[in-house]
Amino acid sequence: MEYFLTEQQKTTKNLARRIAEERVLPVRAELDEKEEFPWAIMKDLADADMFRVFIPEEYEGLGGGCLDLCLVVEELSRVCSGVAISYAATALGCSSLLEYGTEEQKRKHLPDVASGGRLTAFALTEATAGSDVSAIRTTARREQGGYVLNGTKQFITNGGEAEIYTVIALTSPERGIRGASAFLVEKDTPGFTFGNKEKKMGLRASATRELIFRNCLIPEENIIGREGMGFVMAMRLLDRSRPGVGAQAVGLAQGALEATVDYARQRIQFGHPIISLQAVQLMLADMAIAVEAARLLVYSVAKTIDSGEKNFTEEAAMAKVFASDTAMKVTTDAVQIFGGAGYMRDYPVEKMMRDAKITQIYEGSNEALRTAIAFELRKRKARRE
Amino acid sequence: MNIVVCLKQVPDTTDIKIDPQTNTLVRQGIKNIVNPFDTYALEEGVRVKERYGGRVTAISMGPAQAEEVLREAIATGADDAVLLSDGAFAGADTLATAYTLARAINKLEQYDVIICGRQTIDGDTGQVGPELAEMLKLSFVAYVSKIDEISNGYMRVKRMIEDGYEVMETPLPAVLTVVKEINVPRLPSLRGLTKAKSAVIPVWTAQELGVDNNMVGLSGSATRVIEIFFPQRVRCGEIFQGELESQVSRLVDKLREATIV
Ligand SMILES: Cc1cc2nc3c(=O)[nH]c(=O)nc-3n(C[C@H](O)[C@H](O)[C@H](O)COP(=O)(O)OP(=O)(O)OC[C@H]3O[C@@H](n4cnc5c(N)ncnc54)[C@H](O)[C@@H]3O)c2cc1C
Repeated sequence: MEYFLTEQQKTTKNLARRIAEERVLPVRAELDEKEEFPWAIMKDLADADMFRVFIPEEYEGLGGGCLDLCLVVEELSRVCSGVAISYAATALGCSSLLEYGTEEQKRKHLPDVASGGRLTAFALTEATAGSDVSAIRTTARREQGGYVLNGTKQFITNGGEAEIYTVIALTSPERGIRGASAFLVEKDTPGFTFGNKEKKMGLRASATRELIFRNCLIPEENIIGREGMGFVMAMRLLDRSRPGVGAQAVGLAQGALEATVDYARQRIQFGHPIISLQAVQLMLADMAIAVEAARLLVYSVAKTIDSGEKNFTEEAAMAKVFASDTAMKVTTDAVQIFGGAGYMRDYPVEKMMRDAKITQIYEGSNEALRTAIAFELRKRKARRE
Repeated sequence: MNIVVCLKQVPDTTDIKIDPQTNTLVRQGIKNIVNPFDTYALEEGVRVKERYGGRVTAISMGPAQAEEVLREAIATGADDAVLLSDGAFAGADTLATAYTLARAINKLEQYDVIICGRQTIDGDTGQVGPELAEMLKLSFVAYVSKIDEISNGYMRVKRMIEDGYEVMETPLPAVLTVVKEINVPRLPSLRGLTKAKSAVIPVWTAQELGVDNNMVGLSGSATRVIEIFFPQRVRCGEIFQGELESQVSRLVDKLREATIV
């Protein structure tokens, strides 16, 4: 199926697939095993203009949108989700600038992101504040000539590897989350250091670290948007990036499905390939149906966002929840069809199953997102009454 | 620095089949690709340009569809491309090919380095590079694995030899053939693909090159392919039977007969 992609989007998707197959596939098991950040692949992606995909042309990008980004993430994730998220985190990390940055901030930073010269990251979560974002404690005290940051961010993708960080911190702690603001912090700013790299279940090629701020002075012009807007901005940016997590999940599930069909055609039991067993066929068909449904939901939300639609919070959440649940189910069934071999690291599906789990947790846990969707359903009904 | 890279479109030999009846290549359904060795030549050309400035011109001789490899070359960093295509060029051996390429390069006028792959995967001769240098009256270095430096009209390179490498200096312009150890070719970029899609690739014919028709194509070829065949596998094992003693002595006799022992 060609979907409704433009010529440019097809070109982007095909090139992303080629990079995934030629450059990522040969090293994915090693990256996973060694928990190594995929710098060489980031360079390949940069050389291929992949970081330009989500940046407007004025800032040396190619002017694509949410769907273009999703296509790249999906293709990378089909081969390695750890690589895909290291790329996607940069799109999220600089989205604050794209959506709320001043002209000057955009001119200063976006061309470097577009060239792939500087990776970015988005830092909201803290030890006390996961699903409950309102519990963040990192502060940004206004001082002569700037803001002084204090606090620790936790589980930050691309932490330590990225050069540019969007950090949410409290400028008016007494106002709670209404006193939060967004800042741009550059690596190597005095007072800004990193914790140890987390040892993870999956996405092991990606880097996840704490960001530690101790009297870290940043210039006044590094505030993004206005003081007090931090929470609203962060929520809007996450709404916008959720289809990307959906695409990551779709790619993963697609990769698992393809690997499983290959294996089921080869594996002989009782004198026949196991794909001739109806029990296996029905599972494969259900996997394929779910992947296709998830893909279409992700693409359609992404395309809606690109059309300029303002209200997409629920749909973006639905795409993320549905696709991530699909990825978990499909990768688990993939391991099931592989049998004992699927449990071994010799085949890719055990990694895919480990990688899938996080898509149900981050960028809004599926429970939190379902709760939010239900809240909207109730609110809408109540409004009509 | 004006860099010329020569590329050839070849059938993807990883899935090649030979028709057992006619002993010729089955061309149907075979993907055409850029000769893999030439991708290293192109990458090196682009790297030289990135280091020293200038332009990379990709040239290829072949049928109209060979334009595909030139578009791929533009997508991966070449600035311009020229296709040499004419019915008269068909059936060229390495000599006629080198002659045609040399005429085209002369027509380009400005060139400092000409880079070719070490050989093609279909012909496997490795002759076009050196023949080209000869016809252009330029110095030539084969099997280059590193370009160390280019300065003041000279180039210092490393070339692979059987048990190590040699460091050589050559005046420019020069012709090089490169080995795969020289670099890791990049993939196309999105901007490159866009540029390649709309690039105008001129086609130079025999007339435009002003070639002597007796020196191109089949008529300009010094060699002829008479037959392509699978080498016959002649296996005639012999099984000795009987007493072990007699088997051993018969084996020894056989080996003596064959002057092996
Ligand atoms: C690999 C990885 C990468 C990450 N990258 C980033 C990053 O780049 N930037 C960043 O800011 N953060 C990042 N995170 C953090 C991630 O977004 C949080 O882990 C996530 O939001 C969940 O928060 P928590 O871990 O504190 O879980 P908790 O909030 O403690 O949730 C625990 C359980 O309670 C449930 N729960 C909590 N609240 C509700 C609710 N209101 N309704 C229903 N159920 C609820 C959850 O669903 C979950 O099952 C990353 C995390 C991981 C593991």
